[in-house]
Amino acid sequence: MRHLLSIADLNRADALSILDTAVELARISDAPVKKLPTLRGKTIVNLFFEDSTRTRISFEAAAKRLSADVINFSAKGSSVSKGESLKDTAQTLQAMGADAVIIRHSASGAAQWLADSHWIGGSVINAGDGTHEHPTQALLDAFTIRKHLGSTSGDLKGLHIAIVGDILHSRVARSNVLLLSLLGAEVTLVAPPTLLPMGVQTWPVKVSYDFDSVLPHVDAVMMLRVQQERMQDLFFPTAREYSHFFGLNRDRLSLMKKSSIIMHPGPMNRGLEITAECADSARSVIVEQVANGVSVRMAVLYLLLAGAQQEQGGLLA
Amino acid sequence: MTKYLLTGARLANNQQADVLISDGVIVGIGENISHPDATRASKIDVAGCKILPGLVDLHTHLREPGREDSETVHSASRAAAKGGFTAVSAMANTFPVADTAGVVEQVYRLGQSAGLVDVFPIGAVTQGIAGKALAELGAMAQSAARVRVFSDDGNCVFDPMVMRRALEYVKQFDGVIAQHAQEPTLTHGAQMNEGTISSILGLKGWPAVAEEAIIARDVLLVDHVKSRLHICHVTTAGGVEIIRWAKARGIEVTAEVTPHHLLLTDEMAKTYNPIFKVNPPLRTEADVMALREGLADGTIDIVATDHAPHPAEDKECEWQNAAFGMIGLETALSIVQKTMIDTALMTWETLAERMSTAPAKIGRYSAQGQGITLGSPAHVTVINPSQSWRVDRDLVSSRSRNTPFHGMELPGKIVATFFNGIPTVLDSRLVKAGNNG
Amino acid sequence: MSVALPAADISRALTRIAHEILERNEGATQITLLGIPTRGAHLAKRLAQIIATIEKVPLSEIAVGTLDITMHRDDLRLRAPRALMPTMIPPVGIESRHVILVDDVFFSGRTIRAALDALGEMGRPKSVQLAVLVDRGHRELPIRADFVGKNLPTAHSQSVKVHLTEIDGVDEVIIEDEVSA
Repeated sequence: MRHLLSIADLNRADALSILDTAVELARISDAPVKKLPTLRGKTIVNLFFEDSTRTRISFEAAAKRLSADVINFSAKGSSVSKGESLKDTAQTLQAMGADAVIIRHSASGAAQWLADSHWIGGSVINAGDGTHEHPTQALLDAFTIRKHLGSTSGDLKGLHIAIVGDILHSRVARSNVLLLSLLGAEVTLVAPPTLLPMGVQTWPVKVSYDFDSVLPHVDAVMMLRVQQERMQDLFFPTAREYSHFFGLNRDRLSLMKKSSIIMHPGPMNRGLEITAECADSARSVIVEQVANGVSVRMAVLYLLLAGAQQEQGGLLA
Repeated sequence: MTKYLLTGARLANNQQADVLISDGVIVGIGENISHPDATRASKIDVAGCKILPGLVDLHTHLREPGREDSETVHSASRAAAKGGFTAVSAMANTFPVADTAGVVEQVYRLGQSAGLVDVFPIGAVTQGIAGKALAELGAMAQSAARVRVFSDDGNCVFDPMVMRRALEYVKQFDGVIAQHAQEPTLTHGAQMNEGTISSILGLKGWPAVAEEAIIARDVLLVDHVKSRLHICHVTTAGGVEIIRWAKARGIEVTAEVTPHHLLLTDEMAKTYNPIFKVNPPLRTEADVMALREGLADGTIDIVATDHAPHPAEDKECEWQNAAFGMIGLETALSIVQKTMIDTALMTWETLAERMSTAPAKIGRYSAQGQGITLGSPAHVTVINPSQSWRVDRDLVSSRSRNTPFHGMELPGKIVATFFNGIPTVLDSRLVKAGNNG
Repeated sequence: MSVALPAADISRALTRIAHEILERNEGATQITLLGIPTRGAHLAKRLAQIIATIEKVPLSEIAVGTLDITMHRDDLRLRAPRALMPTMIPPVGIESRHVILVDDVFFSGRTIRAALDALGEMGRPKSVQLAVLVDRGHRELPIRADFVGKNLPTAHSQSVKVHLTEIDGVDEVIIEDEVSA
């Protein structure tokens, strides 16, 4: 495996090996010296066509803990914003000898397009492409769920997870649906019909419009960011009505199982999809998701970049 | 040398017949032609081939004036000849828009000067194809270009009042409005067919209903005002159904389908390769089957290419930033053979009707589409149906390379094309560079 | 294939090593045993058990853990990435302790070099010692073992395999003549 573009490219063993590797790397992150020599001499480029400070610094921290050299290439203020094409940018990075390109782009499929283009020889890691996928976010979510609710190894069989909100525009939701179901969890999407994609009935999920009826049964609830702009496109009437039906608040918190956890990929719209009380509650693992992101991304970088790559086969020899 | 005797082939109706062309006219058809020119003509052995009437495309983007980097009237004429066409219809969405007599005459003259096919300009329905005010339809009709087909293609004539007026107005010169059926508010920012695949890919969906709603509205409108309506590039099963219903009611509507919509589906978008990005979008397998059926039973009257050249930089990018469209002149006949003839859905005779006679009739191109008949202008296409070929984007005659069929093995090799009795293609090669080439 | 060390010999070797470790470090109170996965980890556990028996203390008083060295290997670039094995440092840690690295076969010395790097990132032991079940020679680095179960002179082309009941269902050390197929 050379790239990480979509969860759909992983099989169960691949996904588990990333999570297992991340478990070990998380321990190293607790050590006094957090740096490993593993990717010494490798050059990793953060190619961000879209602002996302949290994802960028998470990848940057992961790469640096593995001793890779990191170049941040942000579209803002660079030649990209002056109309340079993805092709020219990619060829520039190739000429600089990038071993991996971590790409964040507003266009769905940009990561796959870059990987298939032959403009660059290194690995491509999708750090979020449009409304398509965000595989490392799903991996860190699965890591977090497993840590709290599952066994330390093994899959998520028997767990019930609700993903709530703007599924239609969410790359986090798409990656999570694929990964959580791959790992055996039962996934329920909760959203108004306007924010569910066409053909959602063909996805490996259940769908509900009734948040309250779902909450008592779930082990984890994953709240998605809802952008105010969606209101202009008539996806819901008002922010108030959205919060009323699909926001996580104190009353809904009381419906949840004692052992259940609250997740959010961030950044949060406090007061819209989640109240401060829920976000900061003891059940919230939102801050921990961020920390886990570094371990999971280290695992991905290690598995893709350490060692001679083989064209065929899974992640591990 | 202006006399040619094509020997050994069969006509579209499968009749074994030689065809004698003399001074631009078909003067002999049959075995052992006794016409005096038969002995003086240069003999071309086309045994095993089909002799078809020259193909007529009702929907071609020639890009000139304005985007000569992607195509010119001359380069498109070469591509058309190579694809077996003897007439193309130049869509109006150029820069400037073909919304005045001046622009349509310019395009018409460029076509004449290229001299490889008839180039019939299509006039814009509204000024600047902006959908607000009618263009000078009468002036374009009266110009040297004698425009009869009007279209805002690329944009939908969305305002129902504008559409109604346009349909009414063109009646005075027997014109037809060719509608690009796309409800704009339902397709804002749309990237591909809306369905299970767009949902997985995270590409904004283009619902079938956005096309069907406009088709439904316009067949009712044209029935009300008793004019002529042509639906460009139908892509959905629902659209076919509405047109079938309208025709059964006697409504004056014609429709076209593109070769790519007869073959490709939205599955292709999974590659995120913008070569498959096209307006209207590639639809589902079920839609493709309905389109084939509609073309076979005559619900869909014609095949039109929607040949849409784009420079490499407009396709070598992220899907959502790429241009819509694909070239199609040089592959059209092969794709139709593959999807309609080789599947036994349609005969060669019907193909000749759908790709020559009917489009010429819709466009009122009186010198085209008369079939292989005695005394007709010698617009002739010769195809070897049993010879296959591999599409190579580096070998196209179009100035652009954006074919979705690159690398594909297709049946049916065009052996020769005659335009007004002069060969433009012989031995599958362009023989005439054109007047200004 | 020949059995170089049967089960009884393995058991005797481990008992001897345990005694040597205790003698060198004046008891078990200052030592931390770290096995290198996979088989070194099991050997460390066995040594801890033997030491606890000798010292007549509960096993829980012997500091034993595992140390995965994958991320520190110098041959990472030459092969496909490997799954990481658990690193379990006992609660007393390694700071100012006598750390005994335990591995099954001592060969080029590169594994131990990687282990020393990994240790260096965790703290500063008072000393680092090395216990191996088998030393087969062919060192490529200036590293030596402190406690050796058995020296097994081998040819480069041969391979030495340690089988342990915990994993393989049998205790034995075998030498195989690599047949290039």
